[in-house]
Amino acid sequence: MSEVTLPAIGTPSARPAPKGLTGRLIHEKPLGAFGGAVFLLFLVCGVFAEIIAPYGLNETNMAARLLPPSAEHLFGTDHLGRDVLSRVLIGAQLSMIVGACAAALATLVSIVLGVASGYFGGRIDMLIQRFVDAWMIFPDLLLLIAVISVVGPGMTEIIIVLGLLYGIAGSRIVRGAVIAVRENAHTHAARSMGATALHILLRHILPNIMPVVIVLFTTRVGAAILTEAGLSFLGLGVPPPAPTWGGMLSGTGRTYMYLGPWLALAPGLSLTLVVYAINVYGDALRDLLDPRMRGASGFRGAR
Amino acid sequence: MALLDVADLTVTFRTDGGLVRAVDSVSLSVEAGETLALVGESGSGKSVTALSILGLMAPGRIEQGRIAFAGDDLTALDEAALRAIRGDRIAMIFQEPMSSLNPVLTIGKQVAEPIWLHRRLAWREAYAQAAELLRKVAIPDAEARLNDYPHQFSGGMRQRVMIAMALACRPQLIIADEPTTALDVTVQAQILSLLKGLTRETNAALLLITHDLGVVARYADRVAVMYGGRIVESGPAAALYGKPMHPYTEGLMRSVPRLDGLAHERLPAIPGQPPDLANLPTGCAFATRCPHVHDLCRAATPPLRALGDARSAACHRHG
Repeated sequence: MSEVTLPAIGTPSARPAPKGLTGRLIHEKPLGAFGGAVFLLFLVCGVFAEIIAPYGLNETNMAARLLPPSAEHLFGTDHLGRDVLSRVLIGAQLSMIVGACAAALATLVSIVLGVASGYFGGRIDMLIQRFVDAWMIFPDLLLLIAVISVVGPGMTEIIIVLGLLYGIAGSRIVRGAVIAVRENAHTHAARSMGATALHILLRHILPNIMPVVIVLFTTRVGAAILTEAGLSFLGLGVPPPAPTWGGMLSGTGRTYMYLGPWLALAPGLSLTLVVYAINVYGDALRDLLDPRMRGASGFRGAR
Repeated sequence: MALLDVADLTVTFRTDGGLVRAVDSVSLSVEAGETLALVGESGSGKSVTALSILGLMAPGRIEQGRIAFAGDDLTALDEAALRAIRGDRIAMIFQEPMSSLNPVLTIGKQVAEPIWLHRRLAWREAYAQAAELLRKVAIPDAEARLNDYPHQFSGGMRQRVMIAMALACRPQLIIADEPTTALDVTVQAQILSLLKGLTRETNAALLLITHDLGVVARYADRVAVMYGGRIVESGPAAALYGKPMHPYTEGLMRSVPRLDGLAHERLPAIPGQPPDLANLPTGCAFATRCPHVHDLCRAATPPLRALGDARSAACHRHG
């Protein structure tokens, strides 16, 4: 899709419209590009956390306890003299893994359930949707706490539970999108041309629900990161000494709020920033990937 | 034997208001190279008749009848066999060119699709044929426009693309369901002339579904008029125009604006409402709106009777 040129419309544009998705992202959606860059930054930090981190993860220094941010410790130190920056970086790694894996699993589950339900309809739809209804009765956090206390805390467990939780709820959104596309004239036209159900699904339904899927995925990354932080805050997340953002907030951050506010600010701001970044990036991507939103509205429309 | 021979077709829909007979004992036939116009207002059953030919009437059900196409009974074929016919030997053009194309696929990919589906050609060859087809439907700069998306085309251009897709596999029968309803009047004439010319070139039969009698007059060889799920009159276009036999057809003719009419004259309309198919009155469905109605009309449904000169009408006046 990247080689597709913009339509030759009569908009007087000083600069030629850039080609390629990245070029268009920067040109048409600067805020989305910023979000993408921030997310990428966190991703790089997460992947190379061990290399970037200036100090060891659990390297204590009792002489340097609760130091405010300085040149040696950019984000200060905690009550055991551990470097907060290093711990936030490793925390980014955990958050990214949980966020990306849980969102990927959730999206997959949503697509499978939503497409089966929306495209085939009838009895299949009825069965799946009643199951989804029953599932959605339970508040997310309650269900999470219940499941985690049974299977025990751990990263894989959290990813699977979050993936299923968001996946099943998100299937409703995919189903709605599929039903809308299924009733489009072009789907009927494809059927009248002798296309098989699989062909219609792959070429007519899935590409047309991609904008929904992309937004679903990106919001789920943010939500999974937030929920994982929430679980860690409650002590049900990835168990210590792994430095999760939520754990840092609830543990040292809360206890030493007056003595060392940087202890809460560092993971808290990281969390806010990464979730915000992924959300604006997702919105921008959706707008760019939808050919109907190309052309004049792409330049003039919401950034 | 005609290319398409629909005999005694009845299609029903199960609704909350009861069983609806959208198509009631309809018989029609189309010869190769011939254009049959199926005329009627919204809800008269003309689109359901057309969809039934392709086996796409779901959730409707074919209650009875036979659809013979080149010797095969389409109602007896299974889904896979029907799929092989759809788009290959029978193609359909829909009334909404604005939404009948997939917005996220390029024009080239869509036009190549039927060829790829039915001819099992390599994708490159199918794509090359798509350019040829676009040239055929008079799209300028066809080669370059293969990479464009539907939103970059006007309504008339999109309908040309739909025609190109329909013609892709050289079908023996083309069903055009109100192909020009969504288009400007000037574009309508272009599209219909194009469609007519291309069908003549390949000797394909054309089943033209419309509610526009102007379209019928210029492009159809024969006409079948539908009302309330039944065919009420059929015959050669010229003869039917010259002297309509059914009061409904007469009413339709009168309500077409004429150039030689008085400028301030009110256009006559057929009084009343189209019938509710869920509870049709006994007798003739048109009885409540008919100027010639008498007691027999309310008691018995008039059968479609042959009246000579290849014409027939379902009216007690010709009993």
